[in-house]
Amino acid sequence: MQYTLSHFVALLPLLIVGVTAIVVTLAISWRRKHDLTFVLTALGLNLALLSLIPALQVAPLQVTALMQVDRFALLYMGIILVATLACATLVHAYLGKTNTGEGFPGNREEMYLLMLLSAAGGLVMVSASHLATLFIGLELLSVPIYGMVAYAFFNKRSLEAGIKYMVLSAAGSAFLLFGMALAYAESGSLEFAALGAIAVTPILQIGFGMMLIGLAFKLSLVPFHLWTPDVYEGAPAPVSAFLATAAKVAVFAVLLRLYQVSPATSGGWLNELLTVIAIASILFGNLLALMQSNLKRLLGYSSIAHFGYLVIALIASGGLATEAIGVYLATYVLTTLGAFGVVTLMSTPFKGRDADALYEYRGLFWRRPYLTAVLAVMMLSLAGIPLTAGFIGKFYIIAAGVESQLWWLLGALVLGSAIGLYYYLRVMVTMFLVEPGIRRRDAPLNWGQHAGGIMLLLMALLVFVLGVYPQPLLELVQNATLATL
Amino acid sequence: MILPWLVLIPFIGGLLCWQAERFSSALPRWLALLTMGLVLGLSLWLWVSADYSLAGVTDGVPVWTLEFKHVWIERFGINLHLALDGLSLLMLILTGILGVLSVLCSWNEIQHRIGFFHLNLMWILGGVAGVFLAMDLFLFFFFWEMMLVPMYFLIALWGHSGEGKKTRINAATKFFIFTQASGLIMLVAILGLVLVNFNQTGVLTFAYDQLLGLEMPPGVEYILMLGFFIAFAVKFPIVPLHSWLPDAHAQAPTAGSVDLAGILLKTAAYGMLRFALPLFPNASVEFAPIAMTLGLIGIFYGAILSFAQTDIKRLVAYSSISHMGFVLIGIYASTHLALQGAVVQMVAHGLSAAALFILCGQLYERIHTRDMREMGGLWARLPYLPALSMFFAIASLGMPGTGNFVGEFLILFGSFANNPWVVVIATFGLVLASAYSLIMIHRAYFGAERSGEALRGLDRRELLMVLSLVVLLVGLGLYPQPVLDTSAASMSGVQHWLSDALSNLVPAR
Repeated sequence: MQYTLSHFVALLPLLIVGVTAIVVTLAISWRRKHDLTFVLTALGLNLALLSLIPALQVAPLQVTALMQVDRFALLYMGIILVATLACATLVHAYLGKTNTGEGFPGNREEMYLLMLLSAAGGLVMVSASHLATLFIGLELLSVPIYGMVAYAFFNKRSLEAGIKYMVLSAAGSAFLLFGMALAYAESGSLEFAALGAIAVTPILQIGFGMMLIGLAFKLSLVPFHLWTPDVYEGAPAPVSAFLATAAKVAVFAVLLRLYQVSPATSGGWLNELLTVIAIASILFGNLLALMQSNLKRLLGYSSIAHFGYLVIALIASGGLATEAIGVYLATYVLTTLGAFGVVTLMSTPFKGRDADALYEYRGLFWRRPYLTAVLAVMMLSLAGIPLTAGFIGKFYIIAAGVESQLWWLLGALVLGSAIGLYYYLRVMVTMFLVEPGIRRRDAPLNWGQHAGGIMLLLMALLVFVLGVYPQPLLELVQNATLATL
Repeated sequence: MILPWLVLIPFIGGLLCWQAERFSSALPRWLALLTMGLVLGLSLWLWVSADYSLAGVTDGVPVWTLEFKHVWIERFGINLHLALDGLSLLMLILTGILGVLSVLCSWNEIQHRIGFFHLNLMWILGGVAGVFLAMDLFLFFFFWEMMLVPMYFLIALWGHSGEGKKTRINAATKFFIFTQASGLIMLVAILGLVLVNFNQTGVLTFAYDQLLGLEMPPGVEYILMLGFFIAFAVKFPIVPLHSWLPDAHAQAPTAGSVDLAGILLKTAAYGMLRFALPLFPNASVEFAPIAMTLGLIGIFYGAILSFAQTDIKRLVAYSSISHMGFVLIGIYASTHLALQGAVVQMVAHGLSAAALFILCGQLYERIHTRDMREMGGLWARLPYLPALSMFFAIASLGMPGTGNFVGEFLILFGSFANNPWVVVIATFGLVLASAYSLIMIHRAYFGAERSGEALRGLDRRELLMVLSLVVLLVGLGLYPQPVLDTSAASMSGVQHWLSDALSNLVPAR
């Protein structure tokens, strides 16, 4: 195929992230310095975000048979890059050493490298138009995450979480490959367009089903969710943030693309399977979170429920559905980054264990009022209360569901939201209760003057502003259309 | 422009109160008083200056006395549409009065985090003002849900805990989950209505006046009406969705109870009058017998359980369920007289329930218990308070001369033409009302006294609050005509939408 400048421009975000990874590697080997690495990473990610603008001019464009860079892909690239940038900022705060030298023991700079590689994998995945790209992107996304989750390897929980995630991820990839093989057997080609063009046979449907299972592992949908609470609890807080946002967004975007492209997914037993998975995820995710006293596990279970809500929009697959998914993912990413960000700041500097027990947040309002306000807004947004961005997302999902008349799913959503309220409110009110005299960890007093703190405050403000005036976000997502293959 | 200001003033005032605490601990209270006084003043000025006899329906289009419209979320056809008619205005005036009273009654009661308390109080009242003025379904839902979060904080942080499981946090969470879940069902119904409209007319809009008069298949209309009804039923509260109310009232601070009983319950009745009946007339007329039966159950259940309570605030809470049962009967009887009666009952119950809760709060400040088994013979130990309590208990049982009598009388009178048996059974409920009202007075203020020491009397602020409520209630009871005139056109409007459905029903009898 003839490669022109526009192909190069379309690939710019991915290329810049790749180059940043190489530059960071060289910088680490030349001079190992934490702040320098962070600055290089942030610079690279910001450049990649800026390069989305010229890429938008040339979209949609098929770059080789492997990648389709359309406006849909660019929107999700933007979300992934923003999430990575936020997580990198949180990592900088989390791994930083204080003036007295206490903080994370061991090498710190490699975390940024792993995060950049993972982000590159995410960027590849959302522009995939070929099953090979899907797989390469998935592995490039996941393998660095194994390392990131187990980064605090001297901590038993972190190492356990890393190994657990690696083994279960490999199992998921095995399902995915088997499904791809079945699809290839039927269609003779690995391209999405070819999969969409052939007649629907049982083998093709089973193939899609297995691919769905493989991707459902990554999205932690029930019954493939058993790894979620342990991995979220064991991983360092900024890595949990990355796992909950960038990793899931990439997988869901490619799942949506696959779903829209192939008629194998519309009608038939695949839809019923997805319905059962959605209802189970919503109910189990919310019910299991009810008794949690660990904030990271609670957020892990709640992310299961949130992806259950998203699968409702996936099944709806009408006019409103793609928009609904885009809006919901954008607001979900913002909210989750905020929630995990608060946990991260509470756990700085690194002391061996994250501040993730709920009792550590008791009475936080009287000690760190603005940090409490951030977490309270994020909890309300996760619960879907009006005045927050989370409500706009939930409204969109309900609109998509009503449009496609998915009454059972909507009933499950209402029930799940009601159950979810209980634990979100419990977290929120715990922060306001008068504290007993136990000495506890706290975020440093000047948290609001560092990059991580400022970012959290801006995020909370954005969640509030988007809840009241969502029109800019809605216009942005409306324009992010899927190109036909 | 005055309508958005009516909604914004409490919000801005709340934010100012929150920050004012760093200057002095009395400044938030005065700012809150000023804010609610401003809202009350504005709504009273609107009452005397504008003409409400025109606001109703002309040629199938609703007519408003005042209107404000601004684009909000173009993608869905959602606008910031606020409008005022007689019904909204009466509810706003009630909000203003009860807002001022709730600030006054928490003057001594709330001692910690005063700024944040008044922020929540003002934001509840701002949300309520938005509910009463919103004419766009999304905006209505927005304010409906938004009332909940500050009320949750109010109960959870400044409430009183009972023994065992009855903590204030449990009560607040129960209140929140009940209301939020039913609100989500209403959201599904709203979206269903909007999409039915879209399929028929090709226009995606959430505007109230454009969704009125929509022709829908009967099954669809019934289901959508039920979605709205469930949300209002939880807030009303209608038995069996009422169990959050006694806990919320018992554990809430006095200002919370005043707002909850006085205004939040009225938002549900308002929602029924403004949305559930006009948007789904055929379904509402079909549903009316069931609704009136639920009203009757509420009257009797509330009265009987009220009689059995030992906690004085729970007694008043169950009596609220009983009184709102009358309002439900009035709304679904749908004659002009019954609807007018429902509005008067809403206002009168708001005033009398608020007064009873204020008096319970003042009693609690003196004897530090709400348990009536610990009370007795208080008449001799307290000046004024027992006598005023007796006045409001008598109002609660519907004595002529008070607003409650006018409301109940109009409801029963108006419903008799079409539903005589409902009226007959409901009248027996009035007897039970006497039972619980008088037992409350007997147990608390008469009988053997626990100790002989005199208790602190009512100071000027407390006396002023309660006496003003006495004057208002007696005024409403003796001269309700201004209230009836203001709401007449709005109720004619509601009737207009129901008229076709009602006339279809009459030949079937």
